[in-house]
Amino acid sequence: MGMAPDTQTAPPPPATAPHERGATPGERVRAVGLRWDTAVGALLVAVFVVGLGSTDGFASGENLAFAFNDIAEVALIALPMTLLVVAGQVDLSVASMLGLGSALTGALWNAGWAFETIVPVVLLVGVAGGLLNGWLVTRVGLPSLAVTIGTLALYRGLASVALGSDAVTDFPRTYADWAVDTTTIPGTFVTYPVALFIVLAIATAVLLHSTAFGRSLFAIGAQEEAAYFAGIRVKRYKLVLFVVTGAFAAFAGIVFTLRYGSARADNGLGFEMLVIASVLLGGVDFDGGRGTLFGAVAGVLLISVLKNLLTLNDVPNEVQVIVTGLLLVASVLTPRLIAAAVERRHRRAADDTAAPTP
Amino acid sequence: MTTLLDQPPTDTGGARSARSLVDAVFRAREISIAGALALLILFTWISNSRFLDDQGVKDLLLNASILVLLAVGQSVVVVTRNIDLSVGSVVGLSAFACGKFVAGSDHGVLTVLLLGIALGTVCGLVSGALVSFGRVPALVVTLGMLYIIQGLDYWWAQGEQISANDVPDAILRLGSGGVLGVPYLPLIALALLAATAYFLRSYRSGRELYAIGSNPEAARLAGVPIRRRVLGAYAFSGAVAGFAGALWLARFGTVVADNAHGWELTVVSAVVVGGVAITGGTGTVWGAALGALLLTTIGSALIVLKVDAFWQGAITGALLLAAISVDRIVSLRMTAALRKRSARHGNGA
Repeated sequence: MGMAPDTQTAPPPPATAPHERGATPGERVRAVGLRWDTAVGALLVAVFVVGLGSTDGFASGENLAFAFNDIAEVALIALPMTLLVVAGQVDLSVASMLGLGSALTGALWNAGWAFETIVPVVLLVGVAGGLLNGWLVTRVGLPSLAVTIGTLALYRGLASVALGSDAVTDFPRTYADWAVDTTTIPGTFVTYPVALFIVLAIATAVLLHSTAFGRSLFAIGAQEEAAYFAGIRVKRYKLVLFVVTGAFAAFAGIVFTLRYGSARADNGLGFEMLVIASVLLGGVDFDGGRGTLFGAVAGVLLISVLKNLLTLNDVPNEVQVIVTGLLLVASVLTPRLIAAAVERRHRRAADDTAAPTP
Repeated sequence: MTTLLDQPPTDTGGARSARSLVDAVFRAREISIAGALALLILFTWISNSRFLDDQGVKDLLLNASILVLLAVGQSVVVVTRNIDLSVGSVVGLSAFACGKFVAGSDHGVLTVLLLGIALGTVCGLVSGALVSFGRVPALVVTLGMLYIIQGLDYWWAQGEQISANDVPDAILRLGSGGVLGVPYLPLIALALLAATAYFLRSYRSGRELYAIGSNPEAARLAGVPIRRRVLGAYAFSGAVAGFAGALWLARFGTVVADNAHGWELTVVSAVVVGGVAITGGTGTVWGAALGALLLTTIGSALIVLKVDAFWQGAITGALLLAAISVDRIVSLRMTAALRKRSARHGNGA
């Protein structure tokens, strides 16, 4: 991607969702000084503090390493997914690409390939998958939801063609140890996948919030046509996003394979829902044009910390699933409810100081 | 873009012929799916004649019935430019609840079906209320509902399984019996399909669902009660999913908590293959049902043709992509042709 021309450094046009009158709920909430992504960040800190105070073993380095490493793949995929959703797109095929990455890693390892060769090949397959998604969205003009439901089936199918129902588990420790939660960077409890995630998250945050490219994504998500007429290369940018997402998902497949020491075609089944839930929980607007990478990361971490705390307190997995669902519904509903309450109060205040009606 | 709005009062000759042209293409959409289906069946039958013997046809119809039902329910939501990802979990919950209800009792068929429908309707109403009154994106809300319902179901079931021995014979007969050799399930699916198609085509409230999906703002200005209609669409989709859950019990007898796990995406695929645009406003339940039938037939054909089962997912995905791409290209061509045509009429007048 070349640097964007000067015209693109202008701030994105104000976003107005077509179905809303006046300010969007996000804006109204912001007016009261409470941003959803900050709220999720605060909630994360609160849950963390509660965990430190109430649950034995939560504060140990081993547990924290486990808690964060346990969602490494979801976290990695959530980064490009945030950019996609900001640009008003979605990729449901990521978990299938993770499975394809994992299956290929296993199949190629079985075929006697060197691990150093497998990694770039798997990444290339991720790029190819992303290109197909992006091509169908930008050139054929199909909605990303429909396209990626199709490639969700396609990539998972290819994964099972590559490896069948076998599992490949004989990876040497030198590779497998790289991703497990007991291997940490010396002197810390940070695992290698988490360290990699931190670096990539900072890079993605800078890209989204401090570059013309990032601002263009907000513009595309808010008003695609306006962005196009403002000289933003909408199609090119969307294509790039899908390609990057495909590559990240394939890479997450390698991490997943190593972390569990098992390559299977059905690895990460259903993860696409968890990735999207994390991103949306962090306040990234599904309609596009709004959200922060900070919020998305807070969303991912909130899910992982909550899951860990509930597990430590012997709360059954089923309840954890319910909590995830409730959080997700609350994350989209709460800002709207607050906005509606604020609006009502303003209206009542306006009625009380009833000036002659215009 | 859509042909499905009411006829405008001032309908000129040019517009009418353009309309019938568009009509023809949309009818052709369903004909082309039916054609693909016929070719697939023919090809498979030539390769293995057992594919179309009595048992083969019966299995095919039985396998397709529940997917067809779900596709009909989903279509009604999708034409309003929304989506219901919670249907798979509703089927699971309903099947398990019905199984639990009948286990070791002598409840009648009707009671069980009504229980399934009631459960599904409640789930649909919750999703629908959140989408229509909360005004939040349907994908997010129904994804949340998927987790919530699935979690409740697992929590309740605790790994328990209802086996066919626990289910009264009358209910199992609904799943396996039939009249004059035609099983009940396809007949039920066909009846619901026809009723829904008639409603969408001939009732004002049915037309309004299309109007909402084509252009929500225009529908609002035209006085369509958008929230109520969208709520109704979700309630219907939920009710159908609950009904399908009860039928699932009748068909399989054995149910566990994660029945129909992941079916939501298969259902959406069937609807999209059947030409119901995910962006709302176009498509018919007939198309969606054909899409469901096509997906099921591909599955069965691959087995009969002894194609490696591992290929099934990849083939389904490729087919879905091909179907929506062809649809898109045809509709672009049509728009261009219509524009040329109306320009010519404009000059002539």
